[in-house]
Amino acid sequence: MAATATLDRWRLRKPSVIPGFGMALGFTLSYLAAIVLIPLAGLAWRSASLGWDEFWAIATERRTLNALQISFGASLIAATVNAIFGVVIAWVLTRYRFPGRRVLDAIVDLPFALPTAVAGIALTSLYAPNGWLGGLLAPLGIKVAFTPLGIVVALIFIGLPFVVRTVQPVMAEIDREIEEAAATLGASRWTTIGRVIMPTLAPAILTGFALAFARAVGEYGSVIFIAGNIPYVSEIAPLLIVIRLEEFDYAGATALAAIMLVISFAMLLLINLIQVWSRRRFGHAS
Amino acid sequence: MQADAAIVTSQAMRGLAANATTEGRASRLALTVVAIAFLVLFLVLPLIVVLIEALRQGFGAYVAALVEPDALAAIRLTLIVAAVAVPLNIVFGIAAAWAIAKFEFPGKAVLTTLIDLPFSVSPVIAGLVYVLLFGAGSVLGPWLESHGITILFAVPGIVLATIFVTFPFVARELIPLMQEQGTADEEAALSLGASGWQAFRYVTLPNIKWGLLYGVLLCNARAMGEFGAVSVVSGHIRGVTNTMPLHVEILYNEYNFVAAFAVASLLALLALLTLALKTLLELRFGRRLAATRH
Amino acid sequence: MDVRIVGVRKEFDRFPALHDVSLDIRSGELIALLGPSGSGKTTLLRLIAGLEFPTAGAVFFGEQDASAKSVRERNVGFVFQHYALFRHMTVFDNIAFGLRIRPRGRRPSRQAIRDRVLKLLELVQLSGLENRFPAQLSGGQRQRVALARALAIEPRILLLDEPFGALDAKVRKELRRWLREIHDKTGHTTVFVTHDQEEALELADRIVVMSQGRIEQVGTPEEVYDAPNSPFVFGFIGESNAIPVSVRNGHLQIAGRPIGIRAAGAPDGEATLFFRPHDVEVVGETGPAIAGVIIATRRHEGSRRVEAEVGAGRHRIEIDVPLDRRLDGGTLWLRPRRWKVFADDGRTAWSHGAMGTPFEAVAQAY
Repeated sequence: MAATATLDRWRLRKPSVIPGFGMALGFTLSYLAAIVLIPLAGLAWRSASLGWDEFWAIATERRTLNALQISFGASLIAATVNAIFGVVIAWVLTRYRFPGRRVLDAIVDLPFALPTAVAGIALTSLYAPNGWLGGLLAPLGIKVAFTPLGIVVALIFIGLPFVVRTVQPVMAEIDREIEEAAATLGASRWTTIGRVIMPTLAPAILTGFALAFARAVGEYGSVIFIAGNIPYVSEIAPLLIVIRLEEFDYAGATALAAIMLVISFAMLLLINLIQVWSRRRFGHAS
Repeated sequence: MQADAAIVTSQAMRGLAANATTEGRASRLALTVVAIAFLVLFLVLPLIVVLIEALRQGFGAYVAALVEPDALAAIRLTLIVAAVAVPLNIVFGIAAAWAIAKFEFPGKAVLTTLIDLPFSVSPVIAGLVYVLLFGAGSVLGPWLESHGITILFAVPGIVLATIFVTFPFVARELIPLMQEQGTADEEAALSLGASGWQAFRYVTLPNIKWGLLYGVLLCNARAMGEFGAVSVVSGHIRGVTNTMPLHVEILYNEYNFVAAFAVASLLALLALLTLALKTLLELRFGRRLAATRH
Repeated sequence: MDVRIVGVRKEFDRFPALHDVSLDIRSGELIALLGPSGSGKTTLLRLIAGLEFPTAGAVFFGEQDASAKSVRERNVGFVFQHYALFRHMTVFDNIAFGLRIRPRGRRPSRQAIRDRVLKLLELVQLSGLENRFPAQLSGGQRQRVALARALAIEPRILLLDEPFGALDAKVRKELRRWLREIHDKTGHTTVFVTHDQEEALELADRIVVMSQGRIEQVGTPEEVYDAPNSPFVFGFIGESNAIPVSVRNGHLQIAGRPIGIRAAGAPDGEATLFFRPHDVEVVGETGPAIAGVIIATRRHEGSRRVEAEVGAGRHRIEIDVPLDRRLDGGTLWLRPRRWKVFADDGRTAWSHGAMGTPFEAVAQAY
């Protein structure tokens, strides 16, 4: 069989007495190929078959550009908010003891566990003009639901756990002695936090930010209910892909998807680079 | 005199003692309030809204919305999809972790990156790739049609899209766990005469059972709740190709809010159950494996 | 800067880590806090630094009550066991930290800071490494950076918490010597904590022997070694043997037999005899002496180390016997040249050979 022939050439670096390598790796690769690689290759092939000119034309269409702008802009804002408040939340959960802390800690993972559609309708209900929060903000002239602001709110919900869960373990590992050392050298509490603790956390915060951002860019379910989805104004890129599919504009959908994928992979690369750089700079974390 | 000095000392100390490695009381309070307020505002309120809106017209309407035929069909479909996707992903997860953790071979980093791929892809794109693969204008499309096989806009497509989005969960829990456990236990079993399967069943499996459970929990939660990818491949045929999240969407777009929230509340309860079990498992075998990369 | 610790007590959640500790530290001296784990030595050090506060009692820096000041304000140089270097800063930035964060008024100019840092690097023999990160240094180098960082702020007192504990034996020996040199050069009052009595004996001007939250004895290395004032100190410092004995009419006996040691004026009762392996004379079977049954012998540096059992209780002792001494049969007759007896009532002790003529017993409470 072709698969085993390939595997024979793929020699193990170290011989092993444990059986099952061929089978395990073979199954893994087949599964990956069938589920991920072939479909993605199909996407790549499809977008390649568009030809560069047509691809470029679709990519620079006003509607496409606007959708990308809205997706990336809102994601950036949401990720920044999450970075700030996520660090505060991680700090409070890691360092302070108060009743209900464990429950709050568990709640942080809610966006991971809650289906996006449920989050979407819940947030819309909250921020609609007659909703609990929307009703409070309306007299102040602030509209959240069905505006780009609503998109940001949904993306904040989605991205929060990424920052908190990335920063928490690093924070927990900070040796109290470092803070004591800074104190003996005359640093005030805020100086210690600013000059000693934050720089140590910087790589984790960056990683959390990047993860939240990457997730936000591709988010669909929690956004489309609250967004308003008005083309050129509050239409996110994933929605535009779906709309084009429904119009059977496969070319348009493919081109946009390809652009988003390229940017996603760039983000993934960036995240990995941050981690490699920080490991080299600071020695390994523990 | 000594005693007085001692009293003054102790009292002054309680205030100053805070300074070396903690913030002042006021700062601590402020930060805690901010953190709690943010969490309540963004996370807890939406959860509460779901439950309140679902029961807005009373318990009767709530139950009626759930036993309505299309709703039941959606529930059934969601369960079926999960029942197919999760076990397949378990097998994949174990196979991948076995290969990566117990052997040395080139290209491991590429493999783990590939496994992480679905996390960096928008769910809509996950659905799109299958439409492009099996749809009308594709290479396979006509072939499938001529053989009477429907994948898109039917259950198989939904299962595939769900698998795409959820297969990393089990693998990502098992890989670091099995890497940490190393090969010594299995080698010991083999030296005592066990076959590969026996070693796996009696040695590996018990060692990884909590990590496996944890991964399954996350995988299942995502499988039942997936929206974007499934929405693209489903065709939205009521009663046939709607999972619960899709059904929620349809109901909501028809302004049938109570029913929408009723179905949503089931999903929310599932989420809470997942969180509770997740916390339990974390307490059991440690936060270190849970806290990293999601 | 001299430091006075007065009647300090420290409790952690009711658990008493220090009981009524008082100590005078003289300006410019190098003093060691020595004891096993749990003795309270690190707690005492941290109290001086201001990283902990006493439950009762006070710490005085010179004439000022330091207890009113936070650790920030005390201007102490603290060196931690695991260095606590700031991993994201270079060696230079680490050392300069204490100077750079000073408020405008007290901060030296950039050039002054630079000069000070480079001079300190020279002092700790790490010139040229200012741009390295802690992760790129060895353990010994990191500890020296930690010391330079503490010295940069010109502390009134230097405190070191088991500074060499995390290093391997060879590096430890080098750094010990080097610390002494630095101390002699800079003249700072220095307090260091250690559980290694060899280290304390080698380095310190004075040693504070601690056990279970109390100070057992304060003295120079000679005093502590030659005139330990309690069973704990005798047993903790250097090698020692301890044998239960009875006192009858001012003579010591083991199992009813006199052993040739007189403690004039000692009351009758039970006691423990302490002596060191090398302070023993092997005598013939003439006259009263300690009888030991030889269990094993081995070479120990320049003499022979003999393990023997004494008395009905078969207490193990070890003694050093000159190589040329013949050991016939399985029995040895011993007489300690220098010894100390602590009565079991915990209140009285007799010693011999500390200084002065033979058979002069010194009674003291311990």
